[in-house]
Parts: sequence; C-alpha cells; structure tokens
Amino acid sequence: MKPLLQVENLRVEAKLGAGRFAAIVKNVSFSVAPGEVLALIGESGSGKTTIALSALGYARPGCRIAGGRIVLDDIDVLALDRESLRKLRGRRVSYLAQSAAATFNPALTIGEQVTESAVLHGVMDREAANARAVDLYRRLDLPDAESLGRRYPHQVSGGQLQRLMAAMALCSGPDLMVLDEPTTALDVTTQIEVLGAFKDIIRDQGTAAIYVTHDLAVVAQIADRILVLRGGDILEMGETAQILNAPAHPYTRKLMAAIRPPPKIGDDGAAGGNQSQSEPSVIEVKHLTAGYGRIRNRKPASTVLRDVDAQVKKRSVLGVIGESGCGKSTLARVVAGLLAAADGELLLDGHQLAERLEDRPLEELQRVQIVFQMADVALNPRQRIGDILGRPLTLYYGMTGTKKEKRVAELLAMVELPESFSSRFPEELSGGQKQRINLARALAANPDIILADEVTSALDTIVGAAVIDLLKDLRERLGVSYMFISHDLSTVASFADRIMVLYAGRVVEDGTTGNILGLPSHPYTQLLLSSVPELRQGWLEDVTKSRAALAGIARAVEITDVGCPFYPRCPVAIQGVCETTPAPYREPVRGHRIACHREIAELTGFV
Amino acid sequence: MSDESNDATQEIGLEAAGARPLFQLSLMGKVGAAIVLFWIVVALIGPFLAPYDPADFVSDDSFAPISASHWLGTDYIGRDILSRLLHGARLTMALSFTATVLAFLVGISMGFTAALAGSKTDMVISRIYDAFLSMPTIMLGLVVIAALGSSIPVLVVTAGLIYSCGLYRIARALAIEIKVMDFVEAARARGERLPWIIRSEILPNAVIPLVSEFGLRLVFSILFISGLSFLGLGVQPPTADWGVMVRENLAGLAYGSAAAFVPAAAIASLTIGINLIVDDFSAQRGQEIAEEMI
Repeated sequence: MKPLLQVENLRVEAKLGAGRFAAIVKNVSFSVAPGEVLALIGESGSGKTTIALSALGYARPGCRIAGGRIVLDDIDVLALDRESLRKLRGRRVSYLAQSAAATFNPALTIGEQVTESAVLHGVMDREAANARAVDLYRRLDLPDAESLGRRYPHQVSGGQLQRLMAAMALCSGPDLMVLDEPTTALDVTTQIEVLGAFKDIIRDQGTAAIYVTHDLAVVAQIADRILVLRGGDILEMGETAQILNAPAHPYTRKLMAAIRPPPKIGDDGAAGGNQSQSEPSVIEVKHLTAGYGRIRNRKPASTVLRDVDAQVKKRSVLGVIGESGCGKSTLARVVAGLLAAADGELLLDGHQLAERLEDRPLEELQRVQIVFQMADVALNPRQRIGDILGRPLTLYYGMTGTKKEKRVAELLAMVELPESFSSRFPEELSGGQKQRINLARALAANPDIILADEVTSALDTIVGAAVIDLLKDLRERLGVSYMFISHDLSTVASFADRIMVLYAGRVVEDGTTGNILGLPSHPYTQLLLSSVPELRQGWLEDVTKSRAALAGIARAVEITDVGCPFYPRCPVAIQGVCETTPAPYREPVRGHRIACHREIAELTGFV
Repeated sequence: MSDESNDATQEIGLEAAGARPLFQLSLMGKVGAAIVLFWIVVALIGPFLAPYDPADFVSDDSFAPISASHWLGTDYIGRDILSRLLHGARLTMALSFTATVLAFLVGISMGFTAALAGSKTDMVISRIYDAFLSMPTIMLGLVVIAALGSSIPVLVVTAGLIYSCGLYRIARALAIEIKVMDFVEAARARGERLPWIIRSEILPNAVIPLVSEFGLRLVFSILFISGLSFLGLGVQPPTADWGVMVRENLAGLAYGSAAAFVPAAAIASLTIGINLIVDDFSAQRGQEIAEEMI
C-alpha cells in the first residue's frame, strides 16, 4: 500500500545565534501507512516532538527544517507556501497537544472550539460540523453528547477534556493526526479511559496517527509500529511486538529496563521488610482535617483532608498515593507548615509542631524539608545554583565563605552533579538535573524528613528511575526519612516501606507495602493497582473487558460529607449503607487498616 | 548516566543563552539612546558651556532672531535662549529623574507590602491608591501646589507620589504573580523572613518589567513637571526650566519668534528619545516571552 506520509532524510536545525546552527534531527526517514499508528518514543531532547511537528511542515521558533522531503499523499509539504500550509494543517493533518487544559480557551464553549477548525477551513458548514462533533462525542464515550458542546471547558473533567481534544483534532476528518504525549499528565485510571477512547476512534475513523510519548507501556497499547529515537537519530524501528519482545538496540533494552514492572498483587514490595513497628515516628499526624478558605468551628470552608492519621517512622519511607485532587499535596503542605490545619495534631519526634510556619522555631523547620514537584518553578531562575544551595547553609548553620562553598560542592557530589554547576543558573540545567538541585537544597538543611511531592512525575522514565535510586541511596547513607507522594503506584511500591492510599481526602487503606499489594485490599487500591499499564500488547483490552462491570473507572473524585467517598465508583458498594455511613476501619493484620463496609473476606480480587 | 541524552540539548541551550546578549538596541533604539545621551551630557556640562548667564538681559531686543551672538535668539525680555536652554536641561532632567526615583521607591515598597503582608494591609493601601487614581493627575498636582505653595521639593514630592500610583499597581501585580511560585513557597517553608524573600526571591524576578516601566514613568514626570511650570505652578521664573521657557515666550509665536518652540522641541526630543529605548526594550522582552511560551 502507498504510504500516507513519507519522510525522507529529514534534518532539523536549531539556531545557536549569529548564523550558527546545530542539527537536532539528523537524517531521519520513515513512513506512515493510512490508518496506521506510529509511535515515536524517546526521552526529552530526543527530537520526537520536533519530528512529529515536521509532518505539519512546522518547525518551532528558533528551529528550521534544513533538509529532506516530507510528502503527504503526493503533496510535497516543504514546498508549500504559507496559505497552502495553513489549509493542509486544518484539513489533512491535525495536532493534539499534551495539555488539554492549556489547549482549550476557558472563555469559549466546547462546541465552538471543537468545530472551529472544520468551519474555518470550509470543510463543512456549522450545522454539519456540530452534527459531526456530537457524533464524535458519542464515539468517544463522552456523557450528554447532545448538550456537551454548550458547556465550558471547566465544566468537564480532565479526562473528558483530553478526549474532547481528540474530537477537536478529528472534527475536520484529517488523514493524519499528531498526538504529543496526550496521556502523560493524567492519572492512571484516567489514562486508561483516554487511551481506550483514542484507540477506538483511530480505528473507527481510519485516521493514521503519529503518537509521541516517552512511555513504552502506553505505546504497547496503541501503536502498530515503534520508532525509537535518541539525540535526533533513529536507533530502531519495527513492529510493536518485535520491539517489545526482541529489542535489538541496547538503548531500547535500557529504556525497557527503566520501566518498573507494575506491582503485582501478592508481590512483596522492594523494601517491605525494612519496617519495624517499634521504631519511633519522625512525623506523626493525628486526626488531621485541613482545607482552604476561612476556618470555622475547626472546619475549613472547603475541606480537602478529613481525619487523616499518618506516621513516618525513622529511616523509613511512607508512600502516599491517590488520584489528583485526593489531598496528597495538601498533606505535605500542612506538615511543612505552608497551610494551617483546621483540626488535629502534628508531632515531630513526639513534640507538638506549631501549625503556623511563623510560630515554628528555625530548628524545627530545618528538620522538615519539602521538595516540590516542578523543579522548573521551585528554583529561583535569577539565583545561581551555588546561592540556591548555600542559602539553607547560611540560614540554619550560619555558614559563609569557603566553608559554605565546600559544603555546596559536597551537596552537588551527593546528587551526582559536578562542582562547576554552582555557578550556573537553573535554566542552564536539564529537567533531571534541576530536580537533583531541588533535592540537594532540601539535603542542605540536613533534615530528618523530606516531604517529596511528585518529584519524579515530570521526569522521563530513565531520569526518574535515577532520581529514585538516588533517594534510596541517600536514605541508606544519611538515615533521612521520606514522605513520598506520587500518583504512580509502581514508583511508590518500589521504594516505600509503608503505603497510605488517599481517596477524596480520606485514608482508605494504610499498611506495609507488602500488605497493600497483597490481598485483601480496598476496592480503590485494587482499581489503582490494575490501572498501571503493563508492558505488553493487549493489556488495555484485557483490563477494559474485565472492568466492563465497573462503572466507576472514569468518574471524577467527588468529595462527600457523609458515607464513603468511593461509593459512586465502587464495584462492591452496599446500597443504603455505603453512601450514608462512614466506612469503619478493618484490620486484617496488625498495622494494616482498610476503610470499608465489606468484611475482609469479601475484599478479594474482583477488579 | 541518567542525563546523557539530555546533555546534547542542554549544550545547545547553553550556547544559545551565551550567544544572545542581554539587550541589543535596534536602529531606532540607537537613535533614542543617542538623543538621551546627548541631553544627559548637556545636563551635566551644559551650564559651563553657556555663553551668557541665563538670567542676564543680554540684548535690547525682545525675541531677537537667530544671530552669531545669540545662536537661538533671545526671549521676551532679551535673555539668551541657548544659555537658558542649557541651564534648564539640568533642572528639568534632575527634577523629573528625582521624582521618578521617588515614585519607584514609594510605589514598589507599597506594592510589595500590599501583595505580601496580608489581605487587610492590601485592602487599606489599595483603597488609598484607588482614591489617588480616581483624580486627574494635573488637577491633583494643582490642588497640592495651591495648598502648599510652589517650591522645588513640593514639586518633586507631588510628582513622585502621583506617579507612584501606577508603579504601585504594577509592583503589586508582579509580586502577587511571583509569590505563588514554588521557589517563594520553598523560601517560606525554609523559615525565611519577609524582607529576605522580597530582596532575594521577588525583586530579582520583577526587575526587568520594572526597568522598562522606569523609562515610561520618566517621560510622564518630565511632561508633568514641564506642564505645571507651563501653567505657572511649577518652577518659578526667573529660574530657567523648559516648561517655564515655553510659557514665557508663548507671546512670541504671534511675532514669528521660535523662542517658545525651542524649549518645546527640547522636551519633545527628550521624551521621544526615552520612548524609543523603552519601545525597543519592551519589544525584545515581548519577543523573548513569546519564544519562551512557545
């Protein structure tokens, strides 16, 4: 069959300034057949997005397509003038960006935005476009297809918005769709919902797709062929099954190795045995209620955390997991003192911690350090690395001059970065390097506990794995404890001694990693466990099939005042009980609790 | 080992950052800079070059035309216009510069305080500034000067306070935007005090937009002070000031004399020069921000 898109010897250059250019994509050739899904995978900086964008004849500012041929269905894309390119981009090729939240204009209705491109390019009139949009909503399993177009973007959930972006890209009936990391920012449960919808619609419409991602497990579900990229070069190209089962290139094998196998029920976690009940707690949280807005009668205007108990033992790691909006980050903010609790107690080494930051002595602040998710915004862009790391040393230990410089060098060495970095600015560092600096700043305080809020979520698989290894190593060497917050269960399971599962601001399950992964466990935990993508083809079909009975997968988290918050999504909910009465804690073994109305014996493998 | 593949991109990033100078003037920017530089030199050494004393009646003729002894002619009572212009440059520029610096100090400290000290403080300061902003600037200036009498300190303080309103708004908005960034949160969590946070975390990130604002405010205060002088409420005769000179010689226009036109042209060229630099600066910043956003 004749390929739909043919890319030959593509070369893209980035401007270095003053007429100098560097190749960021070198001599890349590939083709996409009609209806085929080609995945471009690689780490950041591998040129995958640059290559995908070139299919639209587009190069990002500061870049230029310097050579090669791009032929889309007999049209030489690089030879087109501006106007013809504009037409091509709307009608024949469409682009679907990573963040739906950033793509949709909050001031316009969803319908206007989904149909805009088709109407603008004269592919169809408004009536027809609206009808097609409604049809697409149905095919994408979106609720209330008829009236959805009249809603505004903030009135639908994140996963729905992501699917609406696919409707936007498909409305004009393009031959080729370019998808740039469309599920990377989503929770695992939402990711399944979106991936399933994408896969169906691509097959349904016969649209070819270029799927850009760094996540091999996702690629395994959706791609026909895979192209492995690194530093702007193709390392390997082949059928999905071949790449997954018999990767030829060592780099592909390394990529696969960096993916942690999803935790299996019954697995014992990596560090599960490290736990001792008698060990004293570094941080203890008792009956914590917190939220935003004015606090009245020990209740905030908008409650995020309800009656949460948690302990982090000395030299151990507490993993906190849950979907976005479950209150994970709020917990870290309360412990760090950035947000005052409405009710409950906070203990550091058995001593009461003041709720407000201003009331805590410097010594207490030094012992509890927080590391934020986005290293990009957690480091002041106008301070040099040396100053960023040096400040806690001066503040807590009064260090100055060469003593400080020496310690900064030690800290850099600790996070495996060269000493010369201290004179750099954050923007001169890569994402992984910034995250290391972010971590080193917390280490500078020499803390007892580090609150790590999604520290690997924004990083590539390999870089993220290296950061986790570093955290483990630092625990061994320095004896620091962690509260490790993440929505990624496989990362948490590989690292934490204990896991706490939060849902809608409540602890639904809490126990050692081994016990959490073992049976029995809370229905929500089981849902999370089964949602982690596996590195094999057909996993998506299997999981969606076995879950057909589960209505709850795509539901947004609702915060409720009465009953069990998981009730609307729960496959084993007891009507008349679960939605009215708070779930009691059950204790299958000592130190493991599950908040559920069902008996322990009933909580086994139904997902 | 983890970041190997990022190194390539990162080197590119580094070189690109090094290759681009912080700020490069375009042609129009250079013209602006030349004009401003010219007037700064005039303000510094002009009075020493002046051929006559600015207050001396050097000619018997009012509105004498341009001649070899009086390069720019004489004014309505026969004083040398060139000498007055050279002396006036220093006064006009020094006054507006001082007023602008004052506006900056007051506006920025108030703006940062309002943004960071809590909602009650913000409320009080903002409402006071709202009240200020609700009055036309010239009218406000007239009222203050009518009440306190005109003197150079009153003039500078009035202009400074009036123009601190706009800076207050900008500084407050910038600080609110920056204070929610994680690095400020990190500083708070570390136990930093407010003055340190303002100095080390907020100010360095607010400096570029504030710098382009400085030029703009400088233009406003030149116009404001000259405007008041023109109305007879600013710098008082016989002191040489460009605004005063325009007013004094206004009658000359009827006789075809350029005496009022010369200081007016000086004011115009200085403000246009500053504007050219500011435009260039903001355009380039805008370009950089656009590139960052894409």
